Amino acid sequence: MKLKTLLTGSAVAALIAGAASAGTLTVVSWGGAYTKSQVEAYQKPWMAKTGNKIVSDDYNGGLAEVKSQVEAGNVTWDIVDVEMSDAVRGCDEGLLEPIDPSILPPAPDGTPATKDFVPGAITDCGVANIVWSTIYAYDTTKFKGDNAPKTMADFFNVKKFPGKRGLRKTPKANLEMALAADGVPADKIYDVLGTPEGVDRAFKVLDRIKNDAVWWEAGAQPPQLLADGEVAMTTAYNGRIFNAVAAEHKPFKIVWDAQIFDFDVWVIPKGAPHKDLAMDFLAFSTDTKRLADQASWISYGPARKSSSALVGSFHNDPNLKMGPQMPTAPANFKTAIQNSFTFWADHQDELNARFNAWLAS
Amino acid sequence: MTDASGPIVTADGIPLKRKLARALFRSRARAFGLAFPLIAFIIAAFIIPLISLLWQGVHDPRYATYMPRSAAAVANWDTVSPITEKMAAAMVADLVEARKSRMIGRVATRVNRELPGSRSLFTSSARVAKKMKPPYLEALVKKSKKWGQLATWRAVKISAKVYTPAYLANAVDLKYNADGSFSLQDTKHRINLKLLGRTLQISLIVTLACLLLGYPVAYMLSTLPTRTSNLLLILVLLPFWTSLLVRTTAWIAMLQSQGVINDLFVLFGVTTDAERFSMIYNKTGVLIAMTHILLPFMILPLYSVMKTIPPSYVRAAKSMGAHPSTAFWRVYFPQSVPGIGAGALLVFILAIGYYITPALVGGQDGQMISNIIDFHMRKSLNWNLAAALGLVLLVVVMFFFWIYDRVVGIDNMKLG
Repeated sequence: MKLKTLLTGSAVAALIAGAASAGTLTVVSWGGAYTKSQVEAYQKPWMAKTGNKIVSDDYNGGLAEVKSQVEAGNVTWDIVDVEMSDAVRGCDEGLLEPIDPSILPPAPDGTPATKDFVPGAITDCGVANIVWSTIYAYDTTKFKGDNAPKTMADFFNVKKFPGKRGLRKTPKANLEMALAADGVPADKIYDVLGTPEGVDRAFKVLDRIKNDAVWWEAGAQPPQLLADGEVAMTTAYNGRIFNAVAAEHKPFKIVWDAQIFDFDVWVIPKGAPHKDLAMDFLAFSTDTKRLADQASWISYGPARKSSSALVGSFHNDPNLKMGPQMPTAPANFKTAIQNSFTFWADHQDELNARFNAWLAS
Repeated sequence: MTDASGPIVTADGIPLKRKLARALFRSRARAFGLAFPLIAFIIAAFIIPLISLLWQGVHDPRYATYMPRSAAAVANWDTVSPITEKMAAAMVADLVEARKSRMIGRVATRVNRELPGSRSLFTSSARVAKKMKPPYLEALVKKSKKWGQLATWRAVKISAKVYTPAYLANAVDLKYNADGSFSLQDTKHRINLKLLGRTLQISLIVTLACLLLGYPVAYMLSTLPTRTSNLLLILVLLPFWTSLLVRTTAWIAMLQSQGVINDLFVLFGVTTDAERFSMIYNKTGVLIAMTHILLPFMILPLYSVMKTIPPSYVRAAKSMGAHPSTAFWRVYFPQSVPGIGAGALLVFILAIGYYITPALVGGQDGQMISNIIDFHMRKSLNWNLAAALGLVLLVVVMFFFWIYDRVVGIDNMKLG
């Protein structure tokens, strides 16, 4: 009997769904406008679909919390949004669960996920969701018309463009930007930075703005520093500046020259309490539609090729097309530098020490 | 009645001495029983974690555990003679094993701390180690010429030590070499001693500032009638009860260049709009915020000591012709010294470990040693170095405690 089979089938399905819904997933990300984009695009639809709950937690990046949770054997985070270099390092150190790429849904046209994701987006323990970028932005009320900064060199030129500079308190991205400002082409940055002379050169450029530097750590800080007038320009994650302009109508402008782009990656800490749910959430949130939806909340590029075509306009302003706001938009991408996670995995201890000593001197 | 030659016994015939000891033991056991929960709590929640964490500062078994063959092979190597095939073979066998157990990342992280760039050398070599065939040294060098360099093997030799002085040396800006000697860290990487010096400097200035600001306040509180002084005491306690984070953030709002104080300065013409003072995100900000936050720790012990100084002494001194300042310095002040000692020690020791305030308002020249410890705990994940730095800080605090005991005397301290 067809009807009976159908009824039994749906009853069983309901039971399974009921059993699965017992879980509450802890999803950890970077807070502010970025987390909001993930809540809207990933979390709400997933909760509606599966009936599970999500607790959203914020952090400032890095593996410290994951490491302490895993080593203490008391893991409370189920899935974490990390930078690519941390995903690779965490995997190497056995802090993360390996992820089988076959759980990822194919593109709508049937292209398998491994082919649909941008090259390098899927690693042993992580699946990228977005391409984001470190750029610098300035306050358009302070620099106008021809007097506005246009290149990376302008950021390090306090004589021509006076005012405080905001920078992330880490050598990462700052050293690359310094070399780019000094005329090193994008494809040679890490070769130069790999030599002691190259490191000296980068720090010499940073010296130019050291007395005017304000250091930030959380992604939500730079737009705040700009808005408060504490800095005239600041490096920032491009989505945060976009959000301040689009949602809060702040007078900020992004300079895309020598942007440093990188992936943000979902990883699952080893021994996560709801590992299966986390895998399900990971697969769901990185499908073509979800990644495209996220792009309507914040200007980070989707990590799937098939999502690009679906990227529309800002969620509350149909006239604001999201395509040109992305780090990967052709006009923005000309001088882009890809963050090298292998370089940083090798040199971060040494360069952190050097950077901290430089800061303190 | 007892006879004169025998021991004194109680009514039931037991010698008094033993009976007394038994009674004393019982009362001591009862006291210990009452204190036991606290002692157990302190041991479990403070002493054991503290020791096990500090232990990491000198103990790092990672390399030796996951790469036992090469650890043994380099143990007797003299760090200058050529690399032998035996060392290379042990290394290849270890790389294969560590790759299989997925521990190669931990090993690579360890060696990378001694020689930057080793991380990718180890992870990438481990990936292909399974296919390597003898002679292994040649195979390794073919993979990367770094395997032929003595520097790589020296880094391995340092990493292979289970009990290592490398982290402690690093904590005081020294470098531990493979041949067992120490050398100065190169100038561009020296930071820890400088931060330690700055930490002591900031702590001393804050202690002094708290004393100068707190002493008159405590004096006033102790001499006013109770009703008024209680009211004023609440004004001291109110910020004391407010969260540290709130008070620090409030200082950011007050001191920042677009903040209240700068606005007032511009309004009254002290400075111009273009040249606002930078009073936050630097050492000045740390000093101001820390002095404010730690002030109650100075005022309260001072107040409680001053409360016990009878005003009649100073009156007596004055009535006998002492100048008010003489009466203060020779009669009142010496009696308040135990309060100064308690307050100063309390403020100094709290200040030396301060972390949230410098992290929030310190900018680049207001960072303290605890911030670099935090950096190694949360960012670089070098817990061993963090532990070694903690150990150094503990020794410094103990040293100051000892000096204090020699100069002021610990039993001279009064908290109330």
